[in-house]
Order: sequence, then C-alpha cells, then structure tokens
Amino acid sequence: MQSVGVVFIMSLLVFIGVNLIGDPVHMLINPEADQAEIARVMRDLGLDRPVHEQYWFFIVNALKGDLGTSFIFGEPALKLIIQRMPATLELALCALFMAIIFGIPLGVYAGLYPDTKAGKLIMSGSILGFSLPTFWVGLMMIMLFAVILGWLPSTGRGETVPLFGIEVSFLTWDGLSHLLMPAFNLALFKMSLVIRLSRAGAKEVFHQDYIKFARAKGIRPARIILVHVMKNIMIPVVTVLGLEFGGLIAFSVVTETVFAWPGMGKLIIEAIQNLDRPIVVAYLMITVLLFVTINLVVDILYSILDPRVRIQDVKS
Amino acid sequence: MTAQTQAAPLEAVETATKVVTPFRMFLRDYFESRTATAAFAFLLVIVFIAVFAPFISPTNPYDLAVVDIMDSRLPPFSQSFDGTMYWLGTDGAGRDLLSSIFYGLRTSLGVGVASGLIAMMLGGSFGLLAAYFGGKVDTVIMRIVDIQLSFPAILVALILLAVLGKGVDKIIVALVIVQWAYYARTIRASALVERRKEYVEAATCLALSHRRIVFKHLLPNCLPPMIVVVTVQTAHAISLEATLSFLGIGLPITEPSLGLLIANGFEYMMSMKYWISFFPGIALLVTIVTINLVGDQLRDVLNPRLQK
Repeated sequence: MQSVGVVFIMSLLVFIGVNLIGDPVHMLINPEADQAEIARVMRDLGLDRPVHEQYWFFIVNALKGDLGTSFIFGEPALKLIIQRMPATLELALCALFMAIIFGIPLGVYAGLYPDTKAGKLIMSGSILGFSLPTFWVGLMMIMLFAVILGWLPSTGRGETVPLFGIEVSFLTWDGLSHLLMPAFNLALFKMSLVIRLSRAGAKEVFHQDYIKFARAKGIRPARIILVHVMKNIMIPVVTVLGLEFGGLIAFSVVTETVFAWPGMGKLIIEAIQNLDRPIVVAYLMITVLLFVTINLVVDILYSILDPRVRIQDVKS
Repeated sequence: MTAQTQAAPLEAVETATKVVTPFRMFLRDYFESRTATAAFAFLLVIVFIAVFAPFISPTNPYDLAVVDIMDSRLPPFSQSFDGTMYWLGTDGAGRDLLSSIFYGLRTSLGVGVASGLIAMMLGGSFGLLAAYFGGKVDTVIMRIVDIQLSFPAILVALILLAVLGKGVDKIIVALVIVQWAYYARTIRASALVERRKEYVEAATCLALSHRRIVFKHLLPNCLPPMIVVVTVQTAHAISLEATLSFLGIGLPITEPSLGLLIANGFEYMMSMKYWISFFPGIALLVTIVTINLVGDQLRDVLNPRLQK
C-alpha cells in the first residue's frame, strides 16, 4: 500500500517539477516549432487546461505506457529507456557478482584474523574504497589499463550476442573485456560494504558456542568456515545487498558516463544536458517504480529468510 | 566513567589547580590517537588553503591577463618561458593546475560545508520537533525520512538537479535536501532518550515555553552525535558534489570545483596527459579521507558506549 503511495507522490513531484517550475511550453515542445505548431501541441498536451486536469492526463497516459516522445530521437521515451535497460542491468548484476565473490572471502578473512597484516590491509583498503570518488577511480583505471598498459578497451560495450532475445556482452571475449573495468569500478564501493559486513559477521559468529562445538568435534577448519560461518553471515549480507542493488543501478549513471557504456544512466545524463524533458520524466518514473519494487521484494525476502522478523511483526 | 576516575588523580597530581572540564577531557581523548591528530592537522591545512586560496596561489587561474594559452597542457615541474614554475603542470587552457586546485578546493569545501550546516539546522529542527512532540508530528516527519532514505542519495540529487538546473545555489539546495534526513534521524534518536530525563521534566514543571525547552535544554544535550554526523555528511556532500559536477549537472563552468577540474582533464586522458585529472582527484581524495578520519575519531571519543 505504501509503495503505491510513494509512486503516486513521486509522480506528483516529478509532474510539478517539470510542469510548474519553468515554462512547460519551452520544456515540453521542441524549441524549433513555430506558433501554429506550439498552439497545436499545447492543445494536444492539454496545456490550456487547469493543472489538476493536466495531472490527470499525465497519469492516464503514464498508465497506458505513454510518457512522451523524445525531442532528440523522435521516438517514445519509454521505448528508448527499455532499449537501454539490459545494458545497465548487466553492468549492475556483474558489479554485484564481483562485490560478492571478492568481498565475502576478504571480509571473512579480515574477521577471522583481525590482527594480521593482511587483515589490517583489507580493512584499510575498505576504508579507502568508501572514500574514493567512483568517477575518479574510473578515470584512473582507464588511464592505467587502457592508455598506459593497453590491456583493456577504454569505452563502449563491445560485441553482443542475443540471449533469450536480450543482447548481452558477457558471452563474448570482446564484450567481457569491455565489461570488466566498468563492472569493477561500480563494484568497488559495494565491495567495501560487503567486506565490512562479512567481517563483522565472521567476528561475531566465530565466538558462538556452535563453532566451538564444531571445532571440538574435530571438523576440518575449512568446513567450519565454509558451512558454519558462511551460512550465518549470509543473512545480513544478502538483505543489505538486495537493498543496495537499487543503489548500483543509480550509481551506474556515473560509471556509464566514464566508460561510455550505452545504458540508461548515460541516456539520462545526456537528456538532462540536452533538456530532453520527456526522457528525464520517463527515466525518473521508471527508476522510482524499480526502486519501490526492489524494496518491496527485499522486505518480503527478508521475512522469508529470517523468521525473527515475522515474530516481531506479530508481537507488535 | 572509569576513564574519568582513573585519569582524575593523575591530573590532580600534575596540576592541582587545573579543573578537568568536559571540553578539556574531550581534547585529551581526541589527541590520544596519532592518526587522528595528523588528520586534524591536515584538515586545518586544507581549510587554510581553501580560505586563503587567492593569497597563497602562485597565480590566479581565472585572471585572463595572467593565463597564457601557449602554456597549455604542460607536464608537472615545467617552466613557462617567462619563468613561472608549474609544479603540477597546466590544464588545457594553460592555467596553473596547483592554483586551480586551491581555488577548486575553496569551491568544493564551501559548497560541502554550507550544505552540511544548513542541512544540520533544518534536519536538526525537524528531528527535535519529531522527538519532542511525538504522536502524529513524529509519524509524519519520520515517514518522510524513511521514504527519502530508501532512495540512494545520487538518485535524489539527480531528480532535484534535473528539475532545478545548474548553479551554486541549486546544488546547495539539492545537497541540503539529500542530507537533512540523516540529521533528522540522528537527532531524533538522541532527543528521544534525553526527553525522558529529569531535567526536561523539571523545565516542563517550571512552565518554560516549548521553544525554550527544545532549544536551550534539549538541543545542547543532543549535539555530540550531531557533530559526528556533520563530519561524515560533509565528506559525503563534497564527494557527491564532485560527482555531479563531473557529470556536468552540478556546478556551472564559472564555479570550478574539484569535480569540474577532473572532468576537464577527461578529454586529455587518452593522450597520456594524466596530471590534469590526477592531481585534482588526489586533492579530493585527501580531503575526503581526512574528514572521514577526523569523524571516525570523534565518533569514538563522543560515543558514551565506547568509553571504557
């Protein structure tokens, strides 16, 4: 119920933002149009009507999937964004995958051996990962790996192949080499987060009685870490990462601009700079919708994963 | 509490007349850590550079009479034909990079601190109101906070700047709106605890006005956690502003922050002219890390739960 409310409020805010701050005629109509054209489009868009009626039209059209037509491309804004979405999702999923496969082992190690040099190094690394501005790291990575060393291509998406009707690039060598740097760049911040979470989890779990018992039974240390420790640190890591996936999509705006990755983040930045308002509105509405959905799914998953949450709800 | 009682006799022996005020205790605790002391000294240097940038910069990078296009894209440690030394090289328009960084630091720090302080006042007031009055006021304010915090800061800033446009005032407005919720949440948490204490009850019995109780009694006791949030949030704000300016939707070209300087160097990266982006980035990184280190130590010192 609250999710629907949020989407509704956001649509209102975006609508007010675009239509009431500044002149909607200039924002929504191609600046090269002549007087007759302006009058016609104003009538079409209902700009000569009262504000609440205009908002009603906006909502009705949005529900029909019509969020306006881009000035620059001359195509429906929604279609343009949907076209770019797979690239962004691929990048975000790859970054998430990297954050997990690097973050959890490093974090668990730092949690089990906090006083060793490597453990301390991992922790300082994660502090640096929090402080480093993502876009600057991206630039420096291009400088090092693409310009100086020449190992990886600096920009673009590379060769793509269709998988279930969606173009993906991680199945070709060329695509993979294009994907590596942007995904790592995007993953850096979340990796630091995963390191911190799994370190805290490992530290806490390692002093529990069931770990002592497992050790007393003579179970191999590798098995204790992989099964007993890992299982218990997964709950906070999974839930936080679920919530942070939305953050990855939002932050891909930065990474996509640096690496010229043809996703929806790059589209929105170009649209803002070109004053392509329909795309801006469409992007914002879609992202808000995406976010509310992610939050809802994570909330539901959380109560499935951790029975304690449900018990609390019943009590309150 | 025990740290206080342990240290008190020592102090008493050394200087019998000296009174151990909370502020002096705080200073002593803070400067116990060498890293934190170094970070604080660094922060002072950074603030000094930012405040006095026009006086200590080797050249004025935005004075067209001084800037010579012939000097453009010189590598670090090169000299202009008239003898000016460019320690960190020059950018595409022939501006001395070191001076540009000093001026950029001024803009970045100014925007970060201004938005942090305004957000603190705004968020702090809302948080205090929510905690003091409770009930419906609390529910409404905290629901707005929760909803806003469920979106990442960069997305909120993007929405606001897409609507507002470019400009120093606009980015400050955007950063304030992005940050206020953190302050509101922090101060509400501590104010809820403080509100149940006897001194508030006593003040209420004296029939003092709501305003007086909230600002004179409640607020000073909620400040310590706020100070920590201010440092952390200012670092965030500086980083976010740099990111937005880099994307070309933050500050206008006329107000070059560190983010814009980095963006300017982007086009020269492919021809190995690394320094135009590299050094402003280092300046940004050092600023953020320094503020974060100071904030970390403040959190340790001011958190009553961590005091042994």
